[in-house]
Amino acid sequence: METIVFSLLNGIIYGLLLFMLSSGLTLIFSMMGVLNFAHASFYMLGAYFAYTVMGATNYWVALILAPIIVGVVGMGVERWGLRRVHANGHVAELLFTFGLAYLIDEIVKIVWGRTSVNYQVPDALNFPLFTIYNAQYSAYRIFILFVAIFMLCALWYLLKKTRAGLIIQAALTHPHMVGHLGHNVPAIFMGVFGAGCALAGLAGVIGGNYFITDPAMAVQMGPIVFVVVVVGGLGSLEGAFVAAMLIGLLQTFAISINASFADIFGFLGLSPTSEFGSITIASMAPMLPFLLLVLILIVRPTGLMGDREV
Amino acid sequence: MSTEPMLSVTDLHAYYGKSHVLNGVNMEIMPGEVIALLGRNGVGRSTTAKAIMGEVAPVGSVKFKGQEIAGLPNHKIARLGLGYVPENRDIFPTMSVRQNLMLGIKDMRKQGKWTIEQMLDMFPNLRSRADNMAGVLSGGEKQMLTMCRTLMGDPDLIIIDEPTEGLAPKIVQQVGDMIAEIARAGVSILLVEQKLSIALRIANRVYVMGHGEIVYGGTPEEFKTRDDVRKEWLEV
Repeated sequence: METIVFSLLNGIIYGLLLFMLSSGLTLIFSMMGVLNFAHASFYMLGAYFAYTVMGATNYWVALILAPIIVGVVGMGVERWGLRRVHANGHVAELLFTFGLAYLIDEIVKIVWGRTSVNYQVPDALNFPLFTIYNAQYSAYRIFILFVAIFMLCALWYLLKKTRAGLIIQAALTHPHMVGHLGHNVPAIFMGVFGAGCALAGLAGVIGGNYFITDPAMAVQMGPIVFVVVVVGGLGSLEGAFVAAMLIGLLQTFAISINASFADIFGFLGLSPTSEFGSITIASMAPMLPFLLLVLILIVRPTGLMGDREV
Repeated sequence: MSTEPMLSVTDLHAYYGKSHVLNGVNMEIMPGEVIALLGRNGVGRSTTAKAIMGEVAPVGSVKFKGQEIAGLPNHKIARLGLGYVPENRDIFPTMSVRQNLMLGIKDMRKQGKWTIEQMLDMFPNLRSRADNMAGVLSGGEKQMLTMCRTLMGDPDLIIIDEPTEGLAPKIVQQVGDMIAEIARAGVSILLVEQKLSIALRIANRVYVMGHGEIVYGGTPEEFKTRDDVRKEWLEV
């Protein structure tokens, strides 16, 4: 029973972190048509900036400051990089973000080293919050949950209830028309790109010490974020949310299942002693998002809630 | 009427790839004027509108209220007071009629000539659809919404591209009435239109295009007497 409760909580937290990353990616994609390969690199930058800022000040300053710095870096990348490359078409853009991902990777290695840094959960949140069935649940995880939900509500409010959000949504469908109505579309693009990067940075700040902050974190997270965006439907925020939760829960639950193929074979009356017998469900967890990706592309190329093909 | 033109286009060229679509267009629009731009399909009327608005890269001079606007970003052109209603209408389908109108407002801090409520009073067809998604409107309603949306931004001149294309005759009449209404409110209009009945009813002056340039300009009364122009440049 506690496995189910804990897996559920962990799955939701992981799903919300995935959504924080994929919401920015999907917004950027639907607005500019750019699949930003460097998106997870901004997640990594968030964690490293937070580590450095926390060293100089404290965690709370880092929580606010690091995503802002990442957002500003993102705006700079859009303004002086992507906007110029954009004139040369989508392939150039794709290659640009691809190169950028590696560039950030190498910069991180040069500045912070090749091994992980000791980015720690702040003392104020480093205690077990409650105990169910004799197992403790850390306060920091619940903190992540609250930050993520707060971010989700803020994003929803901004997009659906404010005039700025209305303009952003309009620019998703007819950017030229929005310009002819007197709204500065390039500035909106820059803002959305920056905000998307800042969200990824925030995920890095709260996820970096929950997982581990090392130069491989972007490479590990990147593909899964792409899976979320494609499974949810390119350009659909709602879809990204559903897909993020789905993948978060799927992976977390798979990890908690101790059964192996031997058990299933035994149950089916087959011989449990083959190479396959020793494979556990848990060990297949990393594979599941990609299995889902492949299946979705075959069965429903527009994704769960998208309206355009990949 | 002042003597300074609101819009003056001088030797305007435009290209689609290697094909030379506009061949040196010259035209002037005075404040308060309604100009109809006539011509057969493919002679460059819509392209003229697009080149003025910067949708197609303009080569030549486009002056709006004395300021050169060729090459300016589209939001800057809009903020100078030049409105554009494109032929494909480009409404925001997943938003309500009211939200579409709100997006036409450039600056929420300044009260424009019209409020959304006044706009809906003026055009009762839209009032009954105010809270519907714009995507479910009929073609005529979409056209009216697009024009009203642009008016919310208080333009001094509005370029309307093929407003009656694909509409039923009765609706064409309504859209025509609406354009006349806009003109009465003192907004200058450049109307790209093929239907002579509409164009001649509303316009103060008519330009006819052929082969990417203006081949005739005159008042509707004078134009009616020019069978030669009509035969050579308009009739199929």
